[in-house]
Amino acid sequence: MMVNLIWVALLLIGLLFAGMNGTMKDVNEAMFQGAKEAVTISIGLISVLVFWLGLMKIAEQSGLLSFFAHLFRPIAKKIFPEVPSDHPALGYILSNMVANMFGLGNAATPLGIKAMEQLKQLNGQKDEPSRSMITFVALNTASITLIPATVISIRMTYHSASPGEIIGTTFVASLIATISAIMIDRAFYIQRRKKGGM
Amino acid sequence: MYVIQFLSLWLIPMVIACILLHGTYKRVPTYEAFVEGGKEGIQIAFSLIPYLVGMLVAVSVFRASGALDFFISYMKPFIVPLGLPPEVVPLAIIRPISGTASLGIVTDLIATYGPDSFIGRLASTIQGSTETTLYVLTVYFGAVGIRKMGDALKVGLLADLISFIVSFFIVLWMFGK
Repeated sequence: MMVNLIWVALLLIGLLFAGMNGTMKDVNEAMFQGAKEAVTISIGLISVLVFWLGLMKIAEQSGLLSFFAHLFRPIAKKIFPEVPSDHPALGYILSNMVANMFGLGNAATPLGIKAMEQLKQLNGQKDEPSRSMITFVALNTASITLIPATVISIRMTYHSASPGEIIGTTFVASLIATISAIMIDRAFYIQRRKKGGM
Repeated sequence: MYVIQFLSLWLIPMVIACILLHGTYKRVPTYEAFVEGGKEGIQIAFSLIPYLVGMLVAVSVFRASGALDFFISYMKPFIVPLGLPPEVVPLAIIRPISGTASLGIVTDLIATYGPDSFIGRLASTIQGSTETTLYVLTVYFGAVGIRKMGDALKVGLLADLISFIVSFFIVLWMFGK
């Protein structure tokens, strides 16, 4: 519902503005440019998705993933109380967070998607997001960052005296954002439960 | 710095080697498992297309029409009194909506004010410390075919806001103005 509203609002307000500002020509171009960009991103994802999901299948069958899940269990139990502690979802969630930390967005996305699939299975394949899915996605929008690789490379391009000096500030900001995301998510969950939903 | 450079170069190869060694040791049919897992990747990528097309077209239209610039100029007077430099306000607004657009703004800010200025450092920190919330939601919920996002959007945006505020204070505290 919320998504539908935002989506329609973005488009309609955009079209309205274009009419008033005389930017209709740009908007016409932007529409098809946006569609093209989306397909390019999706197609570009195929290579990484195939490669990482292939590797992760090996890790899953060898038991490496459940080993990770095991290590992660004490914290995970607090953040994802609905996921059974030896479930492969936890392994994927952890590998996703590790990949994000090192700024490996390409590796993190397939792992996160795999985690979502597992969480959906846990939720009986329902069309609504479960509590754990919302928590997981919220964690990913904040995501603890150790190495902001892209930003560092931009700073290098513009001859920064110390391209990596923002690693510390980035880490602290992302850490606090992640902790906040967990707390805000918990607050929303409690509110939902009070309303009687979920 | 050396440790981080070393890690970012060696981490992925080491992970791959670990997975392959452990799989072989546990007698997993490695190549067959790889192909099986890879097939899922193709399916996921294709099912993502409509979700991303819908979202990116909407964001592009909103930006190209001038609506985004209008909202930014409208919000500036509310944000400037908080002590935030007005130059980074557009970045803070766009960061949750579009990763490529915000990367463009960061590059522009760094080019204009220099990477080692207060604005350059703040822009770098804002860009690096949070993900593109709308993109993450679209991809993760889209890949498993969930259309309702629940409270995830609100949580994501609030966390972004906190991360901007923290970025400002931490950069101020560590480097000064």
